[in-house]
Amino acid sequence: MGKKTLMKGNEAIAEAAIRAGCRYFFGYPITPQSELPAYLARKFPEVGGTFLQAESEVAASNMVYGAAGAGARVLTSSSSPGISLKAEGISYIAGAELPAVIINIMRGGPGLGTIQPSQADYFQATKGMAHGDFYLTVLAPSSVQEAVDLTMDAFDIADKYRNPVLIVGDGIIGQMMEPVEFKDPIDPDDLPKKEWATDGAKGRERNIINSLALDPHDLEDHNLKLKAKYDRMKEEEVRYEELYTEDADIIIVAYGTTARIATSAIEMARKDGYKVGLIRPITLFPFPSDIINETADRVENFLTVEMSLGQMVEDVKLAVSGKKPVHFYGRTGGVVPSPEEIVEEIEKIGGER
Amino acid sequence: MKEEIILAGFGGQGIMLMGKLISYAGMKEGKEVSWMPSYGPEMRGGTANCTVIVSDKLIPSPMTTQPDSIIVMNLPSFDKFLPQVKSGGTVFLNSTLIEEDVKRDDIKVIKIPANEIANQLGNSKIANMVMLGSYIENKDVIKLKTVKNSLESVLSARNQDLIDLNLKALEKGKEYK
Repeated sequence: MGKKTLMKGNEAIAEAAIRAGCRYFFGYPITPQSELPAYLARKFPEVGGTFLQAESEVAASNMVYGAAGAGARVLTSSSSPGISLKAEGISYIAGAELPAVIINIMRGGPGLGTIQPSQADYFQATKGMAHGDFYLTVLAPSSVQEAVDLTMDAFDIADKYRNPVLIVGDGIIGQMMEPVEFKDPIDPDDLPKKEWATDGAKGRERNIINSLALDPHDLEDHNLKLKAKYDRMKEEEVRYEELYTEDADIIIVAYGTTARIATSAIEMARKDGYKVGLIRPITLFPFPSDIINETADRVENFLTVEMSLGQMVEDVKLAVSGKKPVHFYGRTGGVVPSPEEIVEEIEKIGGER
Repeated sequence: MKEEIILAGFGGQGIMLMGKLISYAGMKEGKEVSWMPSYGPEMRGGTANCTVIVSDKLIPSPMTTQPDSIIVMNLPSFDKFLPQVKSGGTVFLNSTLIEEDVKRDDIKVIKIPANEIANQLGNSKIANMVMLGSYIENKDVIKLKTVKNSLESVLSARNQDLIDLNLKALEKGKEYK
């Protein structure tokens, strides 16, 4: 680890990608993540990287498909509407079993929406990114430091499973500056060779990268193979953080910046005698269902807080499995909930103290 | 110690830079810091603002609805953020552009004729540093020495020749208590 520097989330993610050995970026600018490509456009020439502003998001995601197929560590980033456009390519990348890292610094939607922070792309990220039977690994940082650490991990996870990894941050994660420390950079030449890559077949059998399988039985076999990967992710990749859960009778489930705002609310409510704790999913897929289910045996209530009208709450309900009531509080359209609003919800659930 | 500050003014008054200097200096002093800019459409022509938090502990929410201090450099910012200041908090206002009276008696008010002083120093752009000088002097959050040492790292390359002027403005701001 080096010394601390003060950086915007967007720029820090870009720097982390360089340090993870990523040398290819294809994208198209959109607020609130444009500092990320701007940083790479400045820095990539210094490290021999390729930065390309594509003619559209659709083109960019297909360029990612190509670079990933050739075995490169490759990144694209966007914000909500741009991710929708990239979805087609992402489905192909997942179908062809290629590693790539995608950043979504979420803004309010639907449609062009607003540039303000949002978490309304949870369904898209974890369930409905695009057509077909597939999942992305989805990571959700709640600080600039965590965004950096998860970006470096994302490239490893993508390579491990040959599956695209999506990092979702709300606009605050992208725009905020916090102190960060970076790990030592990885030289892309030191990364293990990808034997499956289409990087020139001279002297060996040719590799084929494809997402087309016209015979339904072949495709079913392929999809079952993909499912085995997702099942393995559920075994090996689940990450979450617990805070004040030991004595809690109300558990807030929140991710990203909302988890930090909820933490402020929890600290306020605890002063008034409410025993509130936090479970913060760090991986949104695979979702930390087990810990939520186990916790449901000893607490009375759950409160899911999101910057949406209620998306992750469905996964929380599935995890709680009817054992205890699951409440919801959300703000949407780019409005960020305040700690005071969350405290009010806690009071409604916990009763007068 | 935990200090939540909202800094606000017109775009171009150096609001973001002031916030970055406080954050950077806080980091150098080993504290936890966060800097969150407003990045909405309001940045065009209206108020530009950022929230800075400096704390001994990890910072939960990087936003605040009840700042300990506000540093306001124009009237729209004053109108918008004055009601939010925590009881017992402090308002640093640019009295060159804000002539209104503060109709609250539960907060401390420090009036700094920042543009006037900046013009006397020969550069109207330096008004933000006059404000910052007063803030540092009145609040025990970061040390003036650390801020002075941070200027070289935080100022952009094209403004490096203004460091001496920045130092003078910080010193001048200290006189307002």
